[in-house]
Amino acid sequence: MATIKELSHKEERLTGGHRLCAGCGASIAVRQVLLGTDNPVVAGSATGCLEVSTTPYPFTAWGTPFIHNAFENSAATMSGVEGAYNALKRRGKIPADKEIKFVAFGGDGGTYDIGLQSLSGAMERGHNMLYVCYDNGAYMNTGIQRSGATPFGAATTTSPAGKVGQGKPQARKDLTQIMAAHNIPYVAQASISHWKDLVNKAEKAFAVDGPAFINVMSPCPRGWRTPNEMTVEIAKLAVQTGFWPLYEVEDGEWKLNFKPAKGLRPVEEFLKPQGRFKHFFKPGNEHLIEEFQSQVDKNWERLKKRCGVE
Amino acid sequence: MATTANKATTKQTTVAMTGNAGCALAMKQINPDVVGAYPITPQTTIVEEFANYVANGVVDTEYINVESEHSAMSACIGASAAGARVMTTTSSQGLALMWEELSIASAMRLPIVMHNVNRSLSGPINIHCDHSDSMGARDMGWVQMFGETAQEAYDNTIIAMRVAEHEKVMLPVMIMHDGFITSHAIDRFDVLDDEVVKKFVGEYVPKRALLDTDNPMTFGPFAMPPYYYEQRKAMRVALENAKDVVLKVSKEYGKLSGRTYGLFEEYRLDDAHIAVIVLGSTAGTAKYVVDKLRDKGMKVGLLKPRLFRPFPSAEMADALSHLKAVAVMDRSDSIGAPGGPVYMEVKAALYNTTKRPHVQGYVYGLGGRDTGPDQIETVFGDLQKVARGEEAPREAVTLLGVKE
Amino acid sequence: MSKTKIKTQTKWNIKGIENWGWKKHPLGATIPEAGNAADYKTGGWRSNRPIWDEEKCTNCLICWINCPDSSIRVKDEKWDSFDYDHCKGCGICANVCPTKAITMVEEGGEK
Repeated sequence: MATIKELSHKEERLTGGHRLCAGCGASIAVRQVLLGTDNPVVAGSATGCLEVSTTPYPFTAWGTPFIHNAFENSAATMSGVEGAYNALKRRGKIPADKEIKFVAFGGDGGTYDIGLQSLSGAMERGHNMLYVCYDNGAYMNTGIQRSGATPFGAATTTSPAGKVGQGKPQARKDLTQIMAAHNIPYVAQASISHWKDLVNKAEKAFAVDGPAFINVMSPCPRGWRTPNEMTVEIAKLAVQTGFWPLYEVEDGEWKLNFKPAKGLRPVEEFLKPQGRFKHFFKPGNEHLIEEFQSQVDKNWERLKKRCGVE
Repeated sequence: MATTANKATTKQTTVAMTGNAGCALAMKQINPDVVGAYPITPQTTIVEEFANYVANGVVDTEYINVESEHSAMSACIGASAAGARVMTTTSSQGLALMWEELSIASAMRLPIVMHNVNRSLSGPINIHCDHSDSMGARDMGWVQMFGETAQEAYDNTIIAMRVAEHEKVMLPVMIMHDGFITSHAIDRFDVLDDEVVKKFVGEYVPKRALLDTDNPMTFGPFAMPPYYYEQRKAMRVALENAKDVVLKVSKEYGKLSGRTYGLFEEYRLDDAHIAVIVLGSTAGTAKYVVDKLRDKGMKVGLLKPRLFRPFPSAEMADALSHLKAVAVMDRSDSIGAPGGPVYMEVKAALYNTTKRPHVQGYVYGLGGRDTGPDQIETVFGDLQKVARGEEAPREAVTLLGVKE
Repeated sequence: MSKTKIKTQTKWNIKGIENWGWKKHPLGATIPEAGNAADYKTGGWRSNRPIWDEEKCTNCLICWINCPDSSIRVKDEKWDSFDYDHCKGCGICANVCPTKAITMVEEGGEK
């Protein structure tokens, strides 16, 4: 694993001048992931904030070949690119010693929901590619609508908190574990707040022979109703409270990458700064915090068991 | 314009196989870099046959067994943008599922070649032939070619590759033949040698490629109102260009094979007074009826469209100008429109011409309903009455063979 | 050389592109030049500007790896400069800096 100083010599593959909001977590995720390889990389993205903001014609922020196709098919599209690479290499049209890496990005909407089939298919087929979900817990590009990744109780524009409704009634889908169930060589959950862990995971994911998946916690200041400067800090709280555990599944071996010595911090610390959970802190709504905490605790215990951690 | 038989300049082998097997054989001979495909009736035997070629090392194509047709076209788009020569195949619901991707493939200007084995669209679900699937995709910016026989399905596959990759076109091509009727019936036809096909299609040298990592490009950017419209104009021009390119490539193919195809086929049309326009396998039945009525002294003919997109309006208007009345038979309905898709195109093609026949619209054979010579004779009978002024022309389209 | 420079062999002149006719645009709207968004300045979005304090900076580069706009330049493993052409003033760099070497000031204030 390279030090940050060593990493700083690497070629920047996403330039400034893109139109993502100030404080966006998605571009941090992309930059950290792309530090995971020195090989030439072909990148792709599902329709979403990342795609729209990095490629408003005639401009592109991508310093590496890039393709956007549609919303639900970032994985299938990249599987075709990887297939073409195999064919052209076999036919001598790409030098045998040239090794190109492939990475497809998608937001949680494009990954947990509409693109799940495409992702599952590509992983099952064993393409030598990495899929990265930048999870910000809602359809941010269309204006903060709930997705399968939206946490319990979060207010979005399609799951608002009102007189009767208290944000999203359902808990979020655990996509990382779904991907682990594909028995692919590498699956990980990471966060932009833990760059060393994330770059390390990206390195492993790019290096494996076969499909890899990383789910990256990438907060959205607009959707979470947090100050711009807080993006990395709130992502860190997601990890420290156990809402977003860092772990990896390498060839079926589950490993917890972060376990605080003093135990998890209360989820309240993660929830409180976020406007989307504002209704949790109204008098009489204490049960929402309790429910959230109990879900986090349950998932944490289950994960620790899978990772063989006390 | 008409399909003509000339002397072939290369050796051919006569085979007996299904239309689908013929398409798979053409794919084998092209040996594309990538095939991304998903099975669906009645196309399935193409992907099965092709899978056999792959499994036996007859081709070295990267065959991506995707999990849906949406992903089939998505993978094809990725592969084509990467710089590969790409083919796929589908039918009906599969084509419907990839609808979103059809327009992206053409807008990205990717020369993908795809068979669509014609089958009705659900619902109710039905696996048999009609043209509602490909007609539903007629505004997607693809070249669309229909074939009547297994021979044409085979020939069109090889021609399509060259058309798609022609620098004046650079658009995907959809080749149609009729589900079960052409796809599954064993037919006798002639095929070229592998080497001849290989030489005819040549090497594909892409001008843009994602895998050119020394010149990183961005495919599929977000185009706001100042830029979107011009891309669509460029597509329109490229699709128009396809008309000449199809003729040129078909002529070159004709020299080799002895089978020269035009934009449409005219059958005993020159001196006809009335004619039927019908595409796909039913044109074969119509030819039989034309011969039969000709024997009775009736001046009847047939026009069988081959190229539906781009629609050869001027050429067709010219070919029809001497007729008194024509019947357009559509194997799909454009529900709520004045008639079927071919009917509307033909009428529109004729409207601004001074010398034009009366046009009568018919829909037939939806969901695989048999359309025999009797029905086509009825159509000619109608036309005869209209031509003689015995019967007032009908405004509404007639649904042939439907039980009232 | 600044770190945000992207390697590319193709230069694409887009002068007056809003008024280009359809023939002039690349096939399929494929953008032939990598990273040309660098020519698009987003610095004007900024309402707060990051200011760097050399005394406090330990060159840990945490700000660099957490910048969403690739707007912190590093030279020879040391903090070099802010790219104010692209920095949107989000303040993440100031927030993550362990030594408080970066502070945010109102745009138009301290230069």
